[in-house]
Amino acid sequence: MTTTPPVNDWATDYDIFDESYVKDPVPVWNDLRGKCPIAHTERWGGSWLPTSYDDIQAFVRMVPELSSRDPLVVSASREEEEFDPILKEYGNSAPPITSDPPDHIPMRRLILPLFTPKAVEPYRPFAKQLCHDLIDGFIGKGACDAALDYAVHVPAKTIAHVIGVDGERSDEFVGWVRGLLEEGMTDPAKRIKYRGIIRQFFGELVDARTAKPKDDLVSHLLAQEIDGEPIAKKAVVGMCNLLLVAGIDTTWSSISSSLWHFSTHPDDRRRMANEPELFPSAIEEMLRFYAPATMAREVTEEVQAGDVTFMPGDKVLLNFPAANHDPSVFEDADKVILDRAKNRHIAFGIGSHRCAGSNLARMEMDVALRVWFERIPEFELTDPDAVTWAGGQVRGPRHLPFTFPV
Amino acid sequence: MRVRVNAEKCEGHNRCCALAPELFDVDEYGTATALNDGKVPPELEAKAKLAVENCPEFAIEYVKDDGERSK
Repeated sequence: MTTTPPVNDWATDYDIFDESYVKDPVPVWNDLRGKCPIAHTERWGGSWLPTSYDDIQAFVRMVPELSSRDPLVVSASREEEEFDPILKEYGNSAPPITSDPPDHIPMRRLILPLFTPKAVEPYRPFAKQLCHDLIDGFIGKGACDAALDYAVHVPAKTIAHVIGVDGERSDEFVGWVRGLLEEGMTDPAKRIKYRGIIRQFFGELVDARTAKPKDDLVSHLLAQEIDGEPIAKKAVVGMCNLLLVAGIDTTWSSISSSLWHFSTHPDDRRRMANEPELFPSAIEEMLRFYAPATMAREVTEEVQAGDVTFMPGDKVLLNFPAANHDPSVFEDADKVILDRAKNRHIAFGIGSHRCAGSNLARMEMDVALRVWFERIPEFELTDPDAVTWAGGQVRGPRHLPFTFPV
Repeated sequence: MRVRVNAEKCEGHNRCCALAPELFDVDEYGTATALNDGKVPPELEAKAKLAVENCPEFAIEYVKDDGERSK
């Protein structure tokens, strides 16, 4: 956890890495939404923080004024990018998440067909077997760390399976992604190190598949064309990088947040154990309430946004988690309602950059929670103080000590 | 009741297909379309309403029989 100076005024000096905010940001959002509602800070390179649903719906559609070229919540220095030899070789874009028009849609269309509901369904048996195997590993002990022994492995091993890389190395992949998205957000040296490791890994994989194609995702991407032209090697490396980086911390967070919720809300836990028909709406409610991801945009042209003016170079944080708690859109917004019928949540973002892997993430959450409740319907958190949360770009519990009857 | 998906607004969240697979389908890019010319049989009206009220892009509209958008 990063230690930063305490925040006195959240409207003018917020800190997305503040310990209490990472643990429970909802009171801050509610306060800001009532008075601001777009906060500003000079911390971490400076940024704007909208908190209302309508503002965030509007800002995603401010294209081209708000660019996606650097969607991380803390910007890397330009110098760092220009002089890094690995980035020079393998590039630093991660299409389509870092793409703007006119490249964005053609790039996005390369990966969308790989992640439709029908396309991800064949991975369900793999995920199901994986969840059972993980639970087999600790169920006899009556205790586990649900974040580290269970939740993290579901997206890490599944995305390794989808990309076609060695699932045995998934702990390493998790370390890389955490190095980049968690520790790397506040520690530029770490960010450079892990970004380089990931780029190099996929760069070598792309070289190998270019030389000798296989029946896998990388070879499939290398065989695609845009307007009759093959896809640049740097773009394919960037896409693979994106699939790994975007597919692990986020879904891990959503599964862990759900398990944390049910461990601390026994009535909801009992309903999930006894009313399996609740799963579809309950999963959407978990996604709404504990939305893990905040994405950023970089302002490229001066643009008016309500009372404030975004200037070129400014960073705007698309605070999807706060939008999901806006009481003007969600009745009893700060209450978990497992059978909430009307739920236009935007946990996967909105607009043209909607999470391309959302169907895979939903499938993984569904399997992880169903198998968990089938095997371990009763469980509790042993030590609330031992729970740690990651925050910033991706928010979710990273330690969940549970006990359950054997 | 009739419904229509505004393809300009649809971004492929697939919430409509998940909630009302009898009424919506998606293409390979996730863009949804209403099946059967958007006609909703009475027994599926509740499902159609759910699809409308869960779309994060406000992309599903009710339409009148003459094709005009209705509220």
